[in-house]
Amino acid sequence: MKKKFLSILLALTLVLSLAACGGDSGSGNGGDSGSQTSGDTAGGDSTGDSGTAPSGAAFKLGGTGPLTGPVAVYGLAARNGAQIAVDEINAEKGAVQFELNYQDDTHDAEKAVNAYNNLKDWGMQLSLGSVTSKPCEATAVMNFEDRVFALTPSASSLATTEGKDNVFQMCFTDPGQGAKSAEYIATQNLGAKIAVIWKNDDVYSTGIYNTFKEEAAKQGLEIVSDTTFNDSNATDFSVQLTDAQSKGADLVFLPMYYDVAALIFVQANTMGYAPKWFGVDGMDGILSVDGFDTSLAEGVMLLTPFSADADDERTKNFVTEYQSRHGEIPNQFAADAYDCVYAYKQALEAAGATPDMDAATLCDLMMEQFTSMTFEGLTGDGAGITWESTGAVSKSPKGMVIQNGAYVGMD
Amino acid sequence: MNFLNFLISGISLGSIYAIIALGYTMVYGIAKMLNFAHGDVIMVGAYICFFAASSFGLPPALGILAAIAVCTVLGMVVERLAYKPLRQAPSLAVLITAIGVSYFLQNSALLLWSSTPKMFPAFFVLKETAADGKETVRNSLQLFDGRLTISFVTIVTIVTCLVIMAGLTMFISHTKMGKAMRACSEDKGAAQLMGINVDGTISMTFAIGSGLAAVAGVLLCSAYPTLVPTTGSMPGIKAFTAAVFGGIGSIPGAFLGGLLLGVIETFAKAYISMQLSDAIVFAVLIIVLLVKPAGLLGRQIREKV
Repeated sequence: MKKKFLSILLALTLVLSLAACGGDSGSGNGGDSGSQTSGDTAGGDSTGDSGTAPSGAAFKLGGTGPLTGPVAVYGLAARNGAQIAVDEINAEKGAVQFELNYQDDTHDAEKAVNAYNNLKDWGMQLSLGSVTSKPCEATAVMNFEDRVFALTPSASSLATTEGKDNVFQMCFTDPGQGAKSAEYIATQNLGAKIAVIWKNDDVYSTGIYNTFKEEAAKQGLEIVSDTTFNDSNATDFSVQLTDAQSKGADLVFLPMYYDVAALIFVQANTMGYAPKWFGVDGMDGILSVDGFDTSLAEGVMLLTPFSADADDERTKNFVTEYQSRHGEIPNQFAADAYDCVYAYKQALEAAGATPDMDAATLCDLMMEQFTSMTFEGLTGDGAGITWESTGAVSKSPKGMVIQNGAYVGMD
Repeated sequence: MNFLNFLISGISLGSIYAIIALGYTMVYGIAKMLNFAHGDVIMVGAYICFFAASSFGLPPALGILAAIAVCTVLGMVVERLAYKPLRQAPSLAVLITAIGVSYFLQNSALLLWSSTPKMFPAFFVLKETAADGKETVRNSLQLFDGRLTISFVTIVTIVTCLVIMAGLTMFISHTKMGKAMRACSEDKGAAQLMGINVDGTISMTFAIGSGLAAVAGVLLCSAYPTLVPTTGSMPGIKAFTAAVFGGIGSIPGAFLGGLLLGVIETFAKAYISMQLSDAIVFAVLIIVLLVKPAGLLGRQIREKV
């Protein structure tokens, strides 16, 4: 009797722990502190200026992102960045105007699909996909089936665009990030002995890790320590860090999101281990963690397509506007989303599209435009941004380093 | 030397599991129910301490006391509202209720404190003023030329765990309330007939368990400082495993189970396979339960069916 009871309990524990792994930390659908508007009305950002409302007919642009939940930093940044672009474009009162509608998906695939359906009911003509990879893989399928063109600012996994001719990305793909990081570390001579700590139950981290390893071998980088973790043991990193330290790694590559990276920095500091840290776009946001001692992130390098301290006119204006609205320096998610809206504008103008066209017609026009045009935005460099027919973007990354609690360009 | 480093971090992790497991095991031993919300009480405790220290600027000791106070009350309230009405219900109903309470606490925390990660302040540091007046903050002991690092949090965690263990054992075996608890655990009906206030005793158990959860929360977040509303759920599940491992209902068992779980987890990560470390931990658990179904130190009670 007792034995039976215990075995049931054990089974339950296993089920629960599995649920906790798969369910991610975003299982709750609770809201933020309530200070964020969910952006459910067209251009309804409370901080929007008078140029917000489109005059006359406008293209209905919809997207989903984590406006609440564990990675809300990304969703909010993307929405805010896109909103600034939409406001600027509408203020010009040109032929192309937008109505923006961002829905919350809390970084959950199921909620993202519901949010997508809401957007469809609203009459979305063009889509910004989803902000994070997992939800975007789900909404991209809907985009493909419904023939609604999508340009995601930041969902970087390969599966997002794979097999879908009308889903495009504004960010690097995960493999792209891994390869570019290895290349960058090698060409800039940042370290000879590399350690990698990656998350084995996450497509994002695994994708970057695999190509990083491949490219590192080609570049002659020596990976001395290769360690991993997953959702259920993402607390104690002493084993991973000891391994890296004892093998003399002078640079640690961290393909992961910032919340875990923050833990790693704290533990490494306790151990007295101070290698160079190199992150990818998921590291963006580490400076906004509440109560995080930013001195620990001092010298952390990351590869991003956007540097907020660039001195060209457009970046400066964008950063100033973003700061005056939201009181913080925009990260790459904001810049990518901003670029998405402008890329749409350029493509729509070139195609001579009008807001009365239906989504399927616009989809065909956009597919034609995006594979042929070159776009210059806040992200990438002077060579411009182009897209392959697979939907992957081609642009150059910039190396960034955290100095005195702010991102600074490395070159 | 790495071996010692791993052993120490395993013991540190294990001590935290052990303190959490004590809460599970006490409640199970006396109320015969699994309080799956225990992990989330830990999270609440950590948040209370975080806000006491960061928003109100209270010293760490007061922050910890505030956390203990809030969690104790929370534990009693949860017991009164969610579990007491189900005292006569089948155990499955109580189990589901506990899972419900767990999600309720998590989502309330999401709503109240948002899901943006918070960095728990470092309490256990030593400020040293060098001869030239320069202040350095130390958070660990470096032994053998820095090859062995023991952080102060680890030391505090292990000591706290031992103190709690000893204190609880004394409490259970030598005080009147402790005797009442043991009586309830043996046979509720008989205990009531002997004039023991069973409801009061169970309420007290929840109070103690939740107070311990607050301590565990503060220690957990001091060692691993990212604080989010789901912080408590994984350690909660691992600690429950530890409690079953050591023999649920047994206080030394929870202690032993917690320590072993932490050490096995760390060693499995270090020496066998990082990807399989959790699988190895659970495999060990299954083997132990096959050989000793009541857990390592659990009492085998023959039930008349």
